[in-house]
Amino acid sequence: MDKNIFHSVRMDEDKCLGCMNCIKHCPTEAIRVRDGKANIIKEKCIDCGKCIEVCPHHAKYAERERLQKIIDFKYTVALPAPSLYGQFKNLEDANYVLAGLIKMGFDSVFEVSCAAEIVSQITREKIKNNKTGKPIISSACPAVCRLISVSYPSLLPQLLDMNAPMEIAAAMARREAIEKTGLKSEDIGIFFITPCPAKVTAIKNPMTLREPIIDGAVAISDIYPVLVQQMSRLAKDGKEIEDLQRSGKIGVSWAASGGESAALFHDNYLAADGIENVKEILSEIENEQLNGLDFIELNACTCGCVGGALTAENPFIAKRRLQILRKYLPVSGEHYTKEQEEADKDFLYWQKQPEANNIMRLADNLKDAMRIMGEINELEAKLPQLDCGTCGAPSCKSLAEDIVRGFADIHDCMFCTRNEYAQSQEPGASLLREILPAPFRTRKENKNADSKKSD
Amino acid sequence: MEPIRMKYEVRSDDFSVAGEASGKIKRTLKDLGLDASVVRNVAIAVYEGEINMVIHANGGYIEVEINPDKIKIVLKDSGPGIPDVEKAMQAGFSTAPENIRALGFGAGMGLPNIKKYSDEMYIDTELGVGTTITLGFNI
Ligand SMILES: Nc1ncnc2c1ncn2[C@@H]1O[C@H](COP(=O)(O)OP(=O)(O)O)[C@@H](O)[C@H]1O
Ligand code: SF4
Ligand SMILES: [Mg+2]
Repeated sequence: MDKNIFHSVRMDEDKCLGCMNCIKHCPTEAIRVRDGKANIIKEKCIDCGKCIEVCPHHAKYAERERLQKIIDFKYTVALPAPSLYGQFKNLEDANYVLAGLIKMGFDSVFEVSCAAEIVSQITREKIKNNKTGKPIISSACPAVCRLISVSYPSLLPQLLDMNAPMEIAAAMARREAIEKTGLKSEDIGIFFITPCPAKVTAIKNPMTLREPIIDGAVAISDIYPVLVQQMSRLAKDGKEIEDLQRSGKIGVSWAASGGESAALFHDNYLAADGIENVKEILSEIENEQLNGLDFIELNACTCGCVGGALTAENPFIAKRRLQILRKYLPVSGEHYTKEQEEADKDFLYWQKQPEANNIMRLADNLKDAMRIMGEINELEAKLPQLDCGTCGAPSCKSLAEDIVRGFADIHDCMFCTRNEYAQSQEPGASLLREILPAPFRTRKENKNADSKKSD
Repeated sequence: MEPIRMKYEVRSDDFSVAGEASGKIKRTLKDLGLDASVVRNVAIAVYEGEINMVIHANGGYIEVEINPDKIKIVLKDSGPGIPDVEKAMQAGFSTAPENIRALGFGAGMGLPNIKKYSDEMYIDTELGVGTTITLGFNI
């Protein structure tokens, strides 16, 4: 396992107060609080951004590119995620968004929704030809793909074996830009306008590409104020807006959960969003309880990408706005021909297989793993099963595992420490017996404390 | 080598927790790094057994014993028992009432699937006393 694996989700130590909010919400139990600060266990983190969403002190953030980076290139292309279109009030024509991006400094735009329509078209074929008896799982959300590789590796073969629309769009945009400008590939900067940290990570560390093909990710929330300004200027100008939009209803719908599935034109699918729901569905797929379905769409964020941690608008509002915007669009952009598909094969399909990440395993061989688990179970039985988080681990079980792995100590559990001193005659021991936060006091202890007060 | 032993109670009064025990067992097998196919086989068989306990037998408990070469699972309940085991084992046979079918259970595939995914299966059942299903999985 590469210890230096890139993660976009980071910690700002100065802002972290060491509260326990994040450890309980992390879907892979990748966070521990130690010495008053949260620590992210890199090997377990899937960059879903849940901790960014729940941290009340904004101590978690997503590393991403600043817009200034575009000056490093002679020619730049913006790849707007479909979710970008849902961010604006009263938007009836997505061309304002695209023209606004160009006003901001990009030389051209290539909609990710165009690539999404291609993926939809090919997925329809794949479903028809799928003889495995098992549903195909969408591979568009990188947080879900990483979750599968960490916690559900047996499902990797069920993933749709196509690169994400963002990646396909990047390859097409680069080709178009080279043809148009005659510049060398390294002079062309391709920038994804991202709704989430997971995509930032996927750009730097693609799971199914030989090498990165996108030059950077700019957050929707970062460019939002400037883009809004540019868009309203365009509207005030009153000039006819250039027709830049090539995608239709299908591609734009990918922004919200259910959109990718709806593009399959039949209803034997399931679409789930929100990381906890996604986990439940993945477990059901493993248990072969969903084998009757053709397709399963999974999005780590609530409502899908409109709920990404780097968006500007509330996901439900964004979703509603997309409904309005879509009304005026054709069903889809241009039909993608078999000849085109043949020519684009290299970047449409996986260039390498996604790898299972075995970090959750206790050991490489069963006997060692059993020995370690025996120790964990024995320790866990000594812990109070409160899952209170005050030891810095999300559950008693995870503390037990940390202790056995040598990352924590049984005395990190204040209940264990207290019990140890319960019988002690040492000076100060009686004090220790009494100190306990309110939720953990028993009725008897409360009474003792009260009678002392009135003494 | 000391086997790993676990025991889970299966409650029948709350449908929302049905599948919890098999979920925990699955997690344990994954932590041990067992082969994905073994994990799947156990997960499916135990899930079906757990659901049967909930819908046909008022709950019970599940015991797991993991050895380096074999996993043994005992599903034990004190429910009504199975009057005709041979019939119950047939694909599609179900006595699940309408309200249970409405929930998506009762396809009559549980016992056949348990048989299919386990390497050994013994059913010990007595009317009015209960049912014990013992499963073996080779690693
Ligand atoms: N633990 C059990 N106790 C009593 N009856 C059972 C039990 N498990 C299965 N049965 C009987 O066997 C039948 C077939 O079980 P199964 O194949 O799992 O199908 P289903 O649960 O869908 O009905 C059940 O309908 C029920 O009559
Ligand atoms: S659902 Fe969309 S926004 Fe959220 S992590 Fe996945 S790709 Fe990113
Ligand atoms: Mg059944």
